[in-house]
Order: sequence, then structure tokens, then C-alpha cells
Amino acid sequence: MDTEEIQRVGEVIRSATSGFTAQCYELDRFPHLGGLVKTKNIGAQIYGIVFNATTGGIDPGRKPLARGKDEVSEEALYKSSPQISKLLKSEFEALVVGYKEDNKVFQYLPPQPAPIHSFVYLCPTQEVIEFSRSFEFLYTLLNSAVTLPHEELIAAVLRNMSLVQEDKHAFLVSAGKHLATILSGDFNRLRTILERIRQ
Amino acid sequence: MTAENKRMGIVVSGSSNKGVEVRLDADTSVEDMVVGRYVTIEGQKRRFFGMITEVLLGVTDLNLTQTPPDTNDPFIAEVLAGTGTFGTLQVMPYLTIGGDIDSAVEGPQPVKTVPSHYSAVKLADDRDIELVFGKEDKERFWIGNPLDMETKLCLNLPELVKRSNGIFGKSGTGKTFLTRMLLIGMLQKSACVNLVFDMHSEYGWAGTSEKGRSVKALKQLFPSKVAVFTLDEENSRNRGVSTDFVVKIGYNEIEPEDMSLLRQTLNLTDAAVEAIYQMRRKFGNEWFIRTSELDDSEETKKLLNRLNIHESTFQNLQRGLNTIKRLPFIQQKTEQNAVHRVIEYLNRGMNVVLEFGRYTDITAYILVANLLTRRIYSQYRDKTEKAMSGAGESPVPLVITIEEAHKFLNHDIAEKTIFGTIAREMRKYNVTLLVIDQRPSGIDEEIMSQMGTKISCLLDNERDMDSVLSGVSGKSELKSVLAKLSAKQQALIFGHAVPMPVAFQPREYGSAESYKSFSDTVNDSEQAKKDIEDLW
Ligand SMILES: Nc1ncnc2c1ncn2[C@@H]1O[C@H](COP(=O)(O)OP(=O)(O)O)[C@@H](O)[C@H]1O
Ligand SMILES: [Mg+2]
Repeated sequence: MDTEEIQRVGEVIRSATSGFTAQCYELDRFPHLGGLVKTKNIGAQIYGIVFNATTGGIDPGRKPLARGKDEVSEEALYKSSPQISKLLKSEFEALVVGYKEDNKVFQYLPPQPAPIHSFVYLCPTQEVIEFSRSFEFLYTLLNSAVTLPHEELIAAVLRNMSLVQEDKHAFLVSAGKHLATILSGDFNRLRTILERIRQ
Repeated sequence: MTAENKRMGIVVSGSSNKGVEVRLDADTSVEDMVVGRYVTIEGQKRRFFGMITEVLLGVTDLNLTQTPPDTNDPFIAEVLAGTGTFGTLQVMPYLTIGGDIDSAVEGPQPVKTVPSHYSAVKLADDRDIELVFGKEDKERFWIGNPLDMETKLCLNLPELVKRSNGIFGKSGTGKTFLTRMLLIGMLQKSACVNLVFDMHSEYGWAGTSEKGRSVKALKQLFPSKVAVFTLDEENSRNRGVSTDFVVKIGYNEIEPEDMSLLRQTLNLTDAAVEAIYQMRRKFGNEWFIRTSELDDSEETKKLLNRLNIHESTFQNLQRGLNTIKRLPFIQQKTEQNAVHRVIEYLNRGMNVVLEFGRYTDITAYILVANLLTRRIYSQYRDKTEKAMSGAGESPVPLVITIEEAHKFLNHDIAEKTIFGTIAREMRKYNVTLLVIDQRPSGIDEEIMSQMGTKISCLLDNERDMDSVLSGVSGKSELKSVLAKLSAKQQALIFGHAVPMPVAFQPREYGSAESYKSFSDTVNDSEQAKKDIEDLW
């Protein structure tokens, strides 16, 4: 397998300026909550933050049923009913937080959304480091319409990004400071995030 | 070259009157900030030089003071430092030190504006301080270090002596040590000569420090430039002082004007002072001795009657004259005229210290200082006027040092005395004063405001502080600096000879190294160096 294969995590099946939905190529093989993914546009790469993953029936009218009562393991279940993996699909949503054009990273919305069916990749370490040099995207996250608490999502993003930093502690402190300025009048929200990222 | 100092914070608000507010960066600890420190501010067009006048704490969300976060969590504390919780400084910009044309050409300029929003603030480094206070050189003399700094604070002495100056501070704060050091500076770098009325005999030859240790004084360090005159030969001899001249004053040298200044110390009535002038008209030059020798006879009564002098006035006057007559250096006749000798030395560029020995009584001090100064001044005036009309050279500028200045310059007599005249006229005739006093509030307000540069050690009295700082801009900030000086060897200097006020620690004086350092400084006198080498 070449490196691109490893990083590819799905394909855009619904696209909007502020976010996209991607379907995974394999059931339940999602990127992490808060992970940084990218997809291509003409001449630009669009960055997204993974925030919502779901698996369900391909046909919205048919709900999956429990089948494993007599099976010894989950693998055995899939073996005896191979058709079910064809009837199900895994999807995740990503929030667009920036894009890269001419080798420059911009932490605001791109002029065009990601085209449908573009491939979605997990950002490699170097690219995460490059993207996380600025914390402007935290503002976008704080003001996004997502179905889970913002504090939870931001904490997950920062924990993920901190894993690839050379100085993890310094990274979290400076992210914290950036949040403290954005949330200068709301110490309680700030505290909720800080408590989720401290080690 | 010193490393550039790191940015500490940014300007967030301000006014040209009250200075600017500086928000400290997260990584700058408030506790490292000290009131009185110097900072530079990088404005858009100019660099500003200022002083920290206040240090404060702030929060962005009141929740932080009402329900403080878990202070045991270092992570949260670290994040909050400088963001949610932060330090601020109040900074008073005094000068611009570059960036604009004027300060590039003419050096530091007084501030007329404020730095713009978010200008970066740094601690001033050695180069900044040097730019502001100059480097030791032929004219600039190292007087000490700004408080908490290693940098040398230098004073342009030729500039200093262009006007009369004052040294103040309560007893024991270091006035004498400071004066001695300044005198050394002046005799090396000011292109003037000094005449010191040395009440406690501590400037010419050995003075004592508080621990009873004796410290060297001017003539020991610079024998070729300093002459010691004495009023008390025996005392000087016992102290092992090598004196150059013994000052005696003849009865006929005392003039009525010399007496009027003694009104307060001799308890003379106005009528008695008036009577002096009448006696002078009557007896001429001999008035002093003739008046003091008048007896109870009928003739005296007739004379007093004729002059319309009341009996009690006459007794009051005679008591005063007798007090003076009892001073051993006042004599019937003198062999050499002291005024001439002083002037002769001064003309040769020698500095003269007149020690009073045991005669530390204020009467003796006022009488002699006033008498000599009046005559020396009048010679200086004549010479200067002649020089101005093209005949002859003007005399070497003279600085006269007096102690207990409020006795000469208090409100009641400042108008009438020679010292008041000199203090007011700013070296018109090449004479200025260096006054030393522990009670500046006793000095006439107008005289205080005429002084070019003032150096003040700690003062414990509100009125004294107000008097020293009267008419100075930023008075209330300076007053808080003045009040925080330590009780010894710290001082605040401000006025004409310094670009901005500075609190400083005067140079150490009294150790062998300190004596050596005075000769090591950049100076043009090879002789002075030799003097010191001979000493060691
Ligand atoms: N620059 C200095 N170097 C060394 N000692 C000093 C200095 N200034 C003051 N002192 C110490 O403080 C004492 C008091 O100083 P002094 O000049 O006599 O005070 P003042 O004249 O104000 O009464 C001195 O005896 C000396 O011990
Ligand atoms: Mg003294």
C-alpha cells in the first residue's frame, strides 16, 4: 500500500462552504473526533475538522437489526451474514476551518466548497504542525453550528494536535492563552475547555 | 554591546499629562517590575524614554476575582497569566531619544506627545541610559548609578555650574559625602574654581564617616589643586592639616552690611541695625571698635542723644558687637588681607577650602562667609564688567559652597544678602552657589525656584519635600520617589543639568579604590594622577 492509501479516509458525498460529509471506504473506519482532514478543490486544499461520525443503513427506510445472538464474536457475525456490510455505511462530518493555496495556509473559509466525490485524507504530521502554528481556527470552531458542545470539540482538536507537537505542554499553554483572549469575558467556558486539555 | 532587552508589554492607553498604561506580556512577571525603573517605548515615529511610576494587577473577567480558579493547577495558572489575569504599569515618558529629527541632531528631547497604541515597551538598556545621561568624558562626571542599575549616571559639570544649585536632605543622609564628591568632579571637569565655607572642617582635609572612620578629603587627594585656609590654626595643626593660610579679620574690615545679616543670630533689633549705620557715619572705618568701646560716660550719653539712639538699643548693639569681638580670629589688626589671599589663589586656579575648626557657631559662619563673599563678589563683578567692555579677561568662574543655607537665604533676608543676589542672577558675574541644607523649607521660595539643579536625599518633613519640588512638573510622582529613598546614600536629582529626574545611588566614597577611581576617570589633569600616585 502506498502512503496515500493509508491516509485516505473517505469521499465527499455532501458539500457546503462551511462543511462537508464524507463516506468512509470501510465500515466504522473513521478518523478521530477533532482530527484534521483535507480535501482538494481546484488549486486549493480545504481543511476540515472531524466532528460527527455515524454508521447506519444505506436505505434510510431499513433499520439495522441485532443479529449476533447466536454468534461467538463480532467477526463471526460478519462472516455468517456477509451481506450486511453492503447494506451499511459509515459517514463523518467535517467543519471547514481553512484552506491552503500557493503553499499558504489561510484559517478562514475558502472561496469555493469542496467538489462532491473529492477524496478526503488524514493530514500527515507535518501538515498538522504547519496548520496549528496559528490558532485563528479556534474562533471558527467556537462559532460553528455543530451538534455537540463546542468545548468538547475544541478540547478534542487540541488534544489531537498536541500529540504531534515537539513541545506538547507549550503548545497547549499557548492555545489556552489564545482561548483566554477570545473568551476573555467568559471564564467558565474557558475553564471547561482547559480542564479537558490539561495533562 | 549589551543584548537588546526583551519586550515586556504594550501601551494600551495614556495621556500626555499622566503618562501611559502598559499591559504586561504573559511571560513578564509583575514582580520583576520596580517603580523607578527606566523603560523605552518604541512608538511609530519616535522612541520614548520613561520611568515606571506604578505597578498594578488586573483581570478581564470579574469571575476571576470572585471565584478564583484552582491555584494548585499550574496549567490553568500558566494559561491565565497575562491573559485573564495580567499586570499593568503606569509609565511616565520624559524624553524622546531618537527617531525624530530633533533628537537625532540635538540628543534627547522633552516629550510633548504619547506613544501610539500597542507600542512595545522594554526595559532601558545601558546604551539607552548612556544616550540620555551621557558617558564619562572630559565634561561629564560619574556621580553614581540609577537605583537598581549598573549603568553609570553622569553629570555635565560645566553645564551644572552655570547656575546655582542645591543639595538637600535630612541629617545623616549623605549630603556631605555627595558634596565632597561633586567638588572633586568640579575641580576636575567643570572649568571653574571652588570656594568652600567648610563649617565642620570636612572638605579640605580628613572628614569622618559615621563609623568614626576618617575619609580623605580634597587636599589629600589633589594637593596641587586645593588650598586649605583655616580660621582656627591650633585646631588645624592638632588635626595634622597642612594649611596654606590662616584667616584673620580686622575690626576695620567689618562693614554695616556684614552685620545686618547677623540680625537674627545676634538678636539685634531693627533699631540696633539702624544704629550701626549711624555709627559708621560717625566713626568711619573705625566704627566697630569705637562703638564697642564706648563706655557709660556722660559723653556717650550725649552722643547717643544726638544720634537719637535709645539706651536699650545701644545695649542691644553692644552685646552683639561683643559677641563678635570674642571670636578669636577677629583682631585689632591683621597682617595680611584674607580677601586678597583668597582671590589670589582663585586666580591661580586653586580651589580654596576655608575650615572653621572649633568655631562652628553659626554667628562666626555667617559673618565670615558673608564678609568674604561680598568682597570677592564685588571684585568678580568689577573684573567681569571690565572684561565685557573689552578690558582684560573675565575671571575664572567661581562656585561658592555654603552650608546651613537657610540662614543666609531665608525669606526675611534673602532680598538683602549677597547670597540672595548671587542665587538670583545666574552667573552674571561668573559666580554661582552650591548650597547645602537640611531644612529647605526655610529657604526663600523664589531663591529655591531659581536654583538650576537640585539633588535631594531623604527628607522627613512634608514641607521640606514640597519646597524642594516646587515648580517641578510631575511633582506628585517625584514626591513618591523622594519619599521612598533609603535613609542613606540615595538621592534624587532633577533640574537644569539633567535631561530628566533620576533617583540614584551616589558613588561610594571612602575606600582606597574609591580614591583611585577618582583619578582614573577621564580627566585632563596629569598632575591629579600624580598626586594620587604619590599618596599610594
Ligand atoms: N557616597 C557615600 N559613600 C560612602 N558612605 C556614605 C556615602 N554617603 C553617605 N555615607 C555614609 O552616611 C553617613 C552620613 O553621611 P553625611 O554625608 O555625613 O550626611 P549629612 O551630611 O547629610 O549629615 C556617612 O558618615 C557615611 O558613613
Ligand atoms: Mg553633613
